[in-house]
Amino acid sequence: MAETIKTKVLIIGAGTGGYVAGIRCGQLGLDTVLVDGGDGLGGTCLNVGCIPSKAIIHAASKFETVSKAAAGGTLGITASKPAIDLAQTTAWKDGIVRKLNAGVAALLKKSKVKVIKGWANFTDAKTCTVKTADGDITISAEHVILATGSEPVELPFLKFGGDVISSTEALSLDKVPGKLVVVGGGYIGLELGIAFRKLGAEVAIVEMADRLLPLYDKALTDPVAKWLEKHGVELHLGAKAGSFEKGQLNVTTRDGAALTLKANKVLVTVGRRPRTQGWGLENMGVAMAGPFVKIDDRCATSMKNVWAVGDLTGEPMLAHKGSAQGEVVAEIIAGHNKRFDPVTIAAVCFTEPEIVSAGLTPLDVEGRDDVLTAVFPLMAIGRALALEAGDDGGFVRVLASKTDHRLLGVQAVGQHVSELSNSFAQMLEMGAVLEDVSGTIHVHPTMGEAFHEASLRALGHAIHI
Amino acid sequence: MGRYVFKLPDVGEGTAEAELVAWHVKVGDMVAEDQIIADIMTDKATVELTSPVAGKVLAAHGEPGQQLAVGSPLVEFEVEGAGNASADAAPAPAKAEPAPSPKAETPKVEAAPAPVAAGGNFVFKLPDVGEGTAEAELVGWHVKVGDVVSEDQLLAEVMTDKATVELTSPVAGAVVALHGEAGQQLAVGGPLVSFNVEGKGNQGEAPPPSNPAPQASVPLTGGQTKAVAPISSPLRGEGDHPKPKAKDGGGAPAARTLSARNERPLASPAVRNRARDLGIELQFVPGSGPAGRIEHGDLDAWVASGGRTPSAPGSSAGSTYAKAEGTTETRIIGVRRKIAEKMAESVRRIPHITYVEEIDVTALEELRAHLNAKKRKDQPKLNVLPFIARAMVVALRDQPTINSHYDDEAGVLTTHAAVHIGIAAQTPNGLMVPVVRHAESLDPWDTALEIARVSGAAKDGSAKRDELTGSTITITSLGTLGGVIHTPIINHPEVAIVGPNKIAERVVVKDGQMVVRKMMNLSSSFDHRIVDGHDAAVFVQRIKGLLEHPATLWMS
Repeated sequence: MAETIKTKVLIIGAGTGGYVAGIRCGQLGLDTVLVDGGDGLGGTCLNVGCIPSKAIIHAASKFETVSKAAAGGTLGITASKPAIDLAQTTAWKDGIVRKLNAGVAALLKKSKVKVIKGWANFTDAKTCTVKTADGDITISAEHVILATGSEPVELPFLKFGGDVISSTEALSLDKVPGKLVVVGGGYIGLELGIAFRKLGAEVAIVEMADRLLPLYDKALTDPVAKWLEKHGVELHLGAKAGSFEKGQLNVTTRDGAALTLKANKVLVTVGRRPRTQGWGLENMGVAMAGPFVKIDDRCATSMKNVWAVGDLTGEPMLAHKGSAQGEVVAEIIAGHNKRFDPVTIAAVCFTEPEIVSAGLTPLDVEGRDDVLTAVFPLMAIGRALALEAGDDGGFVRVLASKTDHRLLGVQAVGQHVSELSNSFAQMLEMGAVLEDVSGTIHVHPTMGEAFHEASLRALGHAIHI
Repeated sequence: MGRYVFKLPDVGEGTAEAELVAWHVKVGDMVAEDQIIADIMTDKATVELTSPVAGKVLAAHGEPGQQLAVGSPLVEFEVEGAGNASADAAPAPAKAEPAPSPKAETPKVEAAPAPVAAGGNFVFKLPDVGEGTAEAELVGWHVKVGDVVSEDQLLAEVMTDKATVELTSPVAGAVVALHGEAGQQLAVGGPLVSFNVEGKGNQGEAPPPSNPAPQASVPLTGGQTKAVAPISSPLRGEGDHPKPKAKDGGGAPAARTLSARNERPLASPAVRNRARDLGIELQFVPGSGPAGRIEHGDLDAWVASGGRTPSAPGSSAGSTYAKAEGTTETRIIGVRRKIAEKMAESVRRIPHITYVEEIDVTALEELRAHLNAKKRKDQPKLNVLPFIARAMVVALRDQPTINSHYDDEAGVLTTHAAVHIGIAAQTPNGLMVPVVRHAESLDPWDTALEIARVSGAAKDGSAKRDELTGSTITITSLGTLGGVIHTPIINHPEVAIVGPNKIAERVVVKDGQMVVRKMMNLSSSFDHRIVDGHDAAVFVQRIKGLLEHPATLWMS
């Protein structure tokens, strides 16, 4: 006999959108059930995305430093040639993931959220059946929050399996591949490709567009392109990957020539798509917006009391967007008057060097003559030099309105600039003008001084340039 | 627990249908006896309906703007005790109920099994194909009953205001019923196609309790449309419940582009939240910060000023002259819709001739002042309207044709012996025309009393039907607001309307001298099909002569 549960709130997916919604629902005293049949508590981000990739990237940078020390020394440090046991690195990374899994579980428990492990299947908008190890459970709820996230896109001619891997497998390899070909030069492919290059793999990147990270302007991606070139990463731009046979990836280059690339592993990172299949979404009667579930600024779908958050609801597919939406939805269900209406959702690429973008970019304001743009190079920041972050072409750039100086956007490229992202977002979200940034004393010596100086420069009086 | 069906009572005198203006309750509400549940409007009056029972609202039939037949189910309650659903004890037993009688049965019986009765176990409901549209027009079917369709096969095309959309099948199965036919408006969320599918389908079990609204009402539409119901049936939209989302504000705003997003008022998240809680649109709040940024203090000032722009120094010019953005859509329903229809009808059918004359009312005003000074305590204060009414009564003796109703379809002009004067009155609901009956039989005091009584009744909503209908000629006065002339629109099917303008002291030339006289313009419109320009002029000149020599108003 199948068990039946009735609850106030049912959340599908325990990723950053779902579990944050769950905790907030619990805090607000809502009877909440969280169902997850995917990657585990924390979802893609915590298990096979943001967190583990940052661990591997960190390890790769450490290895690179020691390698430099071994190859003639760096900063006066010499060392003997390092070795890496990637299985141990992976185990260390898994430890971090486990610790965070347990943390999320404890937080959900503290908030009295009932967590059910299993795959949900909706028969109508408010009822689903979950197949669990202990049998089927039917759950009906007053409110349903859909947070099923996204999954890697698979190429039909280059299906995952064997040596063709997605980012998930790339984060759990037991040894560094001798030759890695990355198909897709977006941020995931670049982050992992660069990390494996640092770990000693020979890396080639095949990208259909004419340049890397096509969503960012060229100035912002140039330092990354320069790093790739300097470190011997083969770039095949405007090229199309084909099938993978006998350790060879077939590639059609920009001019139509056929090419084969040797590869021990082929990492396919050609984007992610919302997870809309296999759980009965089609029975729920919610409207779609392209491949995504359509929502309004309350994250409400077209079906009453069915809400959706995170990657399922559209770009940008970022964990911090999902969690912010999750909080909003929980509060709306609890009767608060909330809207999801951020000024900006900042995004970071953990490439080498890192890229941050918040608000409007030069691509967004092309053709407008009412926008001030000012760039300040990290080369002129003392702390950057002391961190070896001054010579890779990094900078901070501000865009502001010419008429009233309101800040429209801030971008940066450079080592360690990811930590500046919140400073950028804060200023934008608070509605700052250039004078607010320039009037805030920025600590010396820090990387953040570049933001201060870029704002001063926009006002026409930068000090250190 | 019983089920109690409250049917629309006969709210007017012998009206067959009434327009639902607004709901005061929603599905799931607990209501007490005599609690107001809805506003209903008949031809002229808006009536508040109160609940005959205490109970929980299970279903509310109809949406604002819709015409409902008297005797049709309005609200279904869950009540203690037996209810009336089977006994059919309508609270206000309507007279003959020809149309609604089949519906008088408890809809529950008919409703719940409707989609299932067709044999299908999966019902594909019309999805929201546009941005928050409540209904869409069925353009054509691509399948027919009996067809076996595969998933994603094209089923039908529907059209919203903006676009035609192809609907594909969410399932593989056999089509057992098509709900609706080409050209028909279908409610979003209503059943479109019933399938027989492998497995359980989506109709197997009782509707979940948490979702009563669509489940309880939608099948009703299905039941009707399936029977290839005539589209024009006044009850067609009965199941057209407001789509879950559309009413909740918010709607589905077009995704903001980053650049549009930066045009919005500059304010921190805390200020934005507080404004939302206070119900304040930041767009209108002047910000005192740099670039017009709105601070907490600006919100306080805005609230303290009652939502007006303070002229205090420091308020930034940038916000005072901020570009306003966005639009507000208001559904024209109820009295407003009646007015709109009536005005359009009048202008469309009647070729108006408008004639303006100025009248020296110095003598009339002297007489009026005298009468008001000498009046008895039980007599009302006289304004100019009773005199104008009297002048019309007298003038109509010579030109009775102007006191007529013209039925242009039948080609018949009905001239009335009695003069029933409509008095155009502004009420909280909009323009209404209460009627002073038999103006020819009333002296100025009685006329003044009657005007005050019927306009008061129209304003406070207590006017009866016969106090709002049956006028033969109308006075429309904007005089209290000023204005030199206006072009009144005839109260169809009447043929004339008289509009006094403001009385003002003006310099006029009289006997070669410039003198100051009290002057009033009279703007009148006539149905030119019935009243020639000459006759219109004669009529107005007659009124002018009478009002300029007030004693003649009472000389026969």
